[in-house]
Amino acid sequence: MLDFPDIRLSAGESLLVLGKSGSGKTTLLNLLSGLLKPASGKVMLDHVVISDLSGQELDLFRGQHIGIVFQKPHLIAALNVKQNLELAHFFSKKKGQNLDQLLVDLGIEKKANSSVLTLSEGEAQRVSIARALANSPQLLLADEPTSSLDDENTEKVIQLLKTQASKIGAALIIVTHDQRVKAHVSQFIEVNPS
Amino acid sequence: MNLFKISWKYLTFRPLSTGLNIFLLALGLAIITVLLLIQDQFEKKMNQDAAGIDLVVGAKGSPLQLILSSVYHIDFPTGNIKMEEAKRLSSNRLVKKVIPLALGDNVQGYRIVGTNHDYLGLYKVEFAEGKAWEEPFQVAVGAEIAKKLNLKLGDEFTGSHGISMGSHDHDQHNFVVSGIMAPRGNVVDRLVLTSIESVWYTHDEEVESSTESTDSLAVDSDMHVEESADAHAKFHQPVALTGFPESAEEREVTTLLLQFRNPMAAIQLPRMINSGTSMQAASPSFEMSRLFELLGVGISLLQGLAVVLIVISGLGIFIALYNSLKERKYDLAILRALGASRIQLVVLVFLEGILLTLLGAVLGIALGHSFLALVVSQSEQTVVSALQPWIFLPQELWIVTYALAVGIVASLIPAWSAYQTSIAKQLTKA
Repeated sequence: MLDFPDIRLSAGESLLVLGKSGSGKTTLLNLLSGLLKPASGKVMLDHVVISDLSGQELDLFRGQHIGIVFQKPHLIAALNVKQNLELAHFFSKKKGQNLDQLLVDLGIEKKANSSVLTLSEGEAQRVSIARALANSPQLLLADEPTSSLDDENTEKVIQLLKTQASKIGAALIIVTHDQRVKAHVSQFIEVNPS
Repeated sequence: MNLFKISWKYLTFRPLSTGLNIFLLALGLAIITVLLLIQDQFEKKMNQDAAGIDLVVGAKGSPLQLILSSVYHIDFPTGNIKMEEAKRLSSNRLVKKVIPLALGDNVQGYRIVGTNHDYLGLYKVEFAEGKAWEEPFQVAVGAEIAKKLNLKLGDEFTGSHGISMGSHDHDQHNFVVSGIMAPRGNVVDRLVLTSIESVWYTHDEEVESSTESTDSLAVDSDMHVEESADAHAKFHQPVALTGFPESAEEREVTTLLLQFRNPMAAIQLPRMINSGTSMQAASPSFEMSRLFELLGVGISLLQGLAVVLIVISGLGIFIALYNSLKERKYDLAILRALGASRIQLVVLVFLEGILLTLLGAVLGIALGHSFLALVVSQSEQTVVSALQPWIFLPQELWIVTYALAVGIVASLIPAWSAYQTSIAKQLTKA
């Protein structure tokens, strides 16, 4: 049983969720994104109670309003970089951002038509961030986005997440156990299993 | 981007496994296609060629051989029968009509059939050019022969003895093309039709010229001239257009195609002929159904093989989908996280299975037709060459339906597991 206090975040704000492995950070992220349902309490985004939505409604809402960056890039290997981003538009039934511009912003425009199998880890991570941003979500969730990156890339990725989130006016929540990230995001909460 | 495109990308992402599955399915379906085509066309052709022939009468021997040689012109004739005996039979009150045939010669493998104009009526022959024979050695050639041997009206050619190529030529007198028959899609397309007299005279000359060479000294030269003049005159006598030709000598024909006057004849005539004469009677419908019964074992064996292939390919598709789905649980979870509904994922899996089998079905049907086309192009002059490989049967739509059913059945379990995939568990398992 995990208990989370009330958390409130405005558009454009960033929040860091810190905690050791197994402390329940990811569970919190799953609750926020509607992937799991809370036993009690509510998750609200822009006056919509996500935790009350179900089935197709929830899937569609998530696709349109929440962008998720997972711990691993999890790109679809059968598709190329740009097609991976088009997936986000297709399934959310939303026009979203101009994908070419997004690829330029993230510095991977040269890879647009390459197979995702040819990407380096850093590039793949950026593609997964681009995919999360493709629909201009109101909430950007990142699950351990830096766990496998070196210091330099960690900083780059965090800056990228911050600038892109503020550019589209999305609230950014980063879940991590990586203390390096703390230097870049001032607001944080810590999850401790008790 | 759409579901169709995504499933297509997934299929082409693993071309070898996809290709193997499609090929396996196509092989099974190709066998079924070939069987369908052959069965349909063979039976149709067999019935078409035997239409209007109630009974075939010929020399004693195998009844099946008699039918094959005198109705379908495939096998060797069983021998000849005396014309006197044949004539006596034709005056029987149970017999409506008799068409005599004189077989035994060929032109480059195409059979020469000596008969009368009733035979043309039996097959409702029409002429593309020219007209039927009226004098000895005039011939009407089938459409296929005219095309293959490039024959035109007035062309001459020699026949050879026997019914297959390579026997010795009858070079004493040439046949002249008097007519080219319009294609009918039946056995007549592959026959050279002429009068019974032509066939007789061809063989007479043989005998004459051989006696001439051995006994030339003994023969009175005057008589010889007279005889040859007489022989020459008969080449310009009009031939018999119906019934049996007139002849002072004792003549033979090969077989008789016979029509009954009434249903009673079907019971009485065969028994009468088989026990009371030196000839035998055989019914085309009876013999052909016996032949199909014999072939039936082989056909069901092939059908069994086809079913096994289709089941294996169905299993292959199931395993491929199931395995790739296991690897793809992350993908599915990601798609859900991007806003895809469970139903969309199920559709995605089904689409993949259906696409696979649809491709297999199309390839299978194409393969079946091409295989038949190959076989047909390789076998000239046999009954197989009369098959048309590019006819499409409505039953082939059933093949597509079967294939789709295989695809849907093979996708059921993978689709269910896609439906069940929990996104949160998949994505946070890491």
